[in-house]
Amino acid sequence: MKFLNKIIATLVLLPALALAGEGYPLDHAPDRANNMAALQNGARLFVNYCLNCHSAVSMRYSRLKDLGLTDDQIRGNLLLASDKVGDLMTTRLSVKDAKAWFGSAPPDLSVIARAKASESGTGPDWLYTYLRSYYKDDTRPTGWNNMVFPNVAMPHVLWELQGVRGAEFEEVEDEQDHSKKMEFKKFTTITPGKLTAAEYDSNVADLVAYLNWMGEPEQSTRKRLGVWVLIWMSLLSVLAWRLNASYWKEVK
Amino acid sequence: MAFVEKKLPADAPVVDKALNWVDSRFPLSQLWNTQWGQYYAPKNFNFWYIFGSLAMLVLVIQIVTGIFLVMHYKPDGAMAFQSVEYIMREVPWGWLVRYMHSTGASAFFIIIYLHMARALMYGSYKKPRELIWLFGFAIFLCLMAEAFFGYLLPWGQMSYWGAQVIVNLFGAIPFIGPDLSLWIRGDYVVSDATLNRFFSFHVIAIPLVLLGLVMAHLIALHEVGSNNPDGVEIKENLDANGHPVDGVPSHPYYTFHDIFGVTIFLVLFTAVVFFAPEMGGYFLESNNFIPADSLKTPLHIAPTWYFTPFYSILRATTSDFLYIVQAGVAAYVVLIYLKSSLPALIKAAIAGIGLVMIVGMMPFGLDAKFWGVVLFGSSVMILAGMPWLDQSPVKSIRYRPDWHKTVLIVFAIAFLTLGYLGVEPPSPTRNVISQVCAVVYFAFFLLMPWWSAMGTFKPVPKRVTFKPH
Repeated sequence: MKFLNKIIATLVLLPALALAGEGYPLDHAPDRANNMAALQNGARLFVNYCLNCHSAVSMRYSRLKDLGLTDDQIRGNLLLASDKVGDLMTTRLSVKDAKAWFGSAPPDLSVIARAKASESGTGPDWLYTYLRSYYKDDTRPTGWNNMVFPNVAMPHVLWELQGVRGAEFEEVEDEQDHSKKMEFKKFTTITPGKLTAAEYDSNVADLVAYLNWMGEPEQSTRKRLGVWVLIWMSLLSVLAWRLNASYWKEVK
Repeated sequence: MAFVEKKLPADAPVVDKALNWVDSRFPLSQLWNTQWGQYYAPKNFNFWYIFGSLAMLVLVIQIVTGIFLVMHYKPDGAMAFQSVEYIMREVPWGWLVRYMHSTGASAFFIIIYLHMARALMYGSYKKPRELIWLFGFAIFLCLMAEAFFGYLLPWGQMSYWGAQVIVNLFGAIPFIGPDLSLWIRGDYVVSDATLNRFFSFHVIAIPLVLLGLVMAHLIALHEVGSNNPDGVEIKENLDANGHPVDGVPSHPYYTFHDIFGVTIFLVLFTAVVFFAPEMGGYFLESNNFIPADSLKTPLHIAPTWYFTPFYSILRATTSDFLYIVQAGVAAYVVLIYLKSSLPALIKAAIAGIGLVMIVGMMPFGLDAKFWGVVLFGSSVMILAGMPWLDQSPVKSIRYRPDWHKTVLIVFAIAFLTLGYLGVEPPSPTRNVISQVCAVVYFAFFLLMPWWSAMGTFKPVPKRVTFKPH
């Protein structure tokens, strides 16, 4: 029986040993979910850089009040594409135009941080790595390519902040079938941007934290409440346990 | 018979008088007593016996959360996805209701699989409880249908393409297949028409059937009385009052016992709802946060985790595997011919069916996709046969030969392995493992008439084994 239990235990743990997804390795996105300043900076970057092409139709501008902003601050700084603070974050770019200009319509970003989760990493990890993996590629219509999402139709919107980088590839021969393929070696700086590498990474982290927040604005509330609910439920269990025991004492 | 109302003294409490009024017109007290209050259940119930009550609790959770979700959900292809996000963000407590419903769905299946495991261990499907098992089996089928129809409603990529794959399976049935798929979908592909009818099935049709079946399941149970971990029939040993000596009235003993079980369940349930509602992508899949796109097929379409054991069997049925199935069918027909005591006519009929299957599996016959669907369906349907497949003279695993425990555990491992393989993308190695596990799965059931009666059984006690608390 003990041997069988060991087999069972091993088999139960097998899913944990599942191979991590192949492809470009993802960096870990810094956790800034409870950093109001970071989230506000992320909101600023999102409204200025993303909402031109992307929409976030499930998100209302007024929800930004959860990040510590007032109606006036939202109206004065973040309301670029709409008139009312209660409006949804839609974009003026039509699907038809987007397809003609980019080849495919930019996806809605309301829940993008939840959609990009995979075996390789969480959704924020994907977004954080994606926004920092662009390189100059003249063979592409936009002039940009991306290591995380090869041949993506989206250009490097944040290029002014990061600067222009190239990617160095090396021709490598596969050990098994001797076919030749290009292996990524490293990024190279062609033109520096307005921000240093560390500043750019931090801003992207803020933007990704904002996207993560926007994907589920109730996240912090949920966890905060959860602590109290669990304490209450545990207390109830103890009471129910002793109450039950008091009845069953009578049973012979 | 003339109407008779019992007369209570004038100074009797109002509550008693009110109850008396109702009882004269509706069997309220009688129902309470026969179904719960004075329903004598064995006193030796263990951990495995909580799952029936938990299943009822989760059914109520799903119905109540479902009612609130339907207030705000829009069953329209263009609005469904966004309406779910509306519930998550703008409906007060909408996020909690949504997470309870999605977690409840997965919890329901965990509970039901453990509930069935209890039946397998203690022989709860054996005479005179066959009908309880059959009603339960029907509930299981309805539950799978309910989950399948409900999964389309968020209208995400996985919702859409999962439905597309499963409905297309019906297209594999010869002659009627394509028309059947068309009828189910209401369109040539999964579309708004499909969404609307699946909404109707999920919200009204199947819940009504489920409630009826659950009532039948409980009525059948209370008619014959509950089994217990020792497989001893407690009604065979009554005391002076006509109550089983090994039984306790469900109220208050199992009222408070089940309340305790419920609180433990709620600790686990709320832990998931508040801290891990996505459960690493198993309860809420990441791909389902992308709105459905009929032009973009996901790289890897997999059903939700609770369907994966059966889905694995479908995927395992390749044209190569069909040769093994043919050999298995032939061997089984021979086994029945030589080693069973069925009437000659039945044996001939089985041989005939076997021959049709073997011919049908030939390369010139029906393709592997069809046989995959057949095995997929059979893997579920075979559960219904348990009362007749199990020929053990003894109900509970406690009094069966020790090696029967090993057989049960091997079956459980095969089932879990099939489940795990179902969530992973296919690969040549995984395919072979799933084929081995599929053979183990079917062998467990099909060979049961023989293995379940083999070995040295232990004497079953007259009284239950009970340790006073």
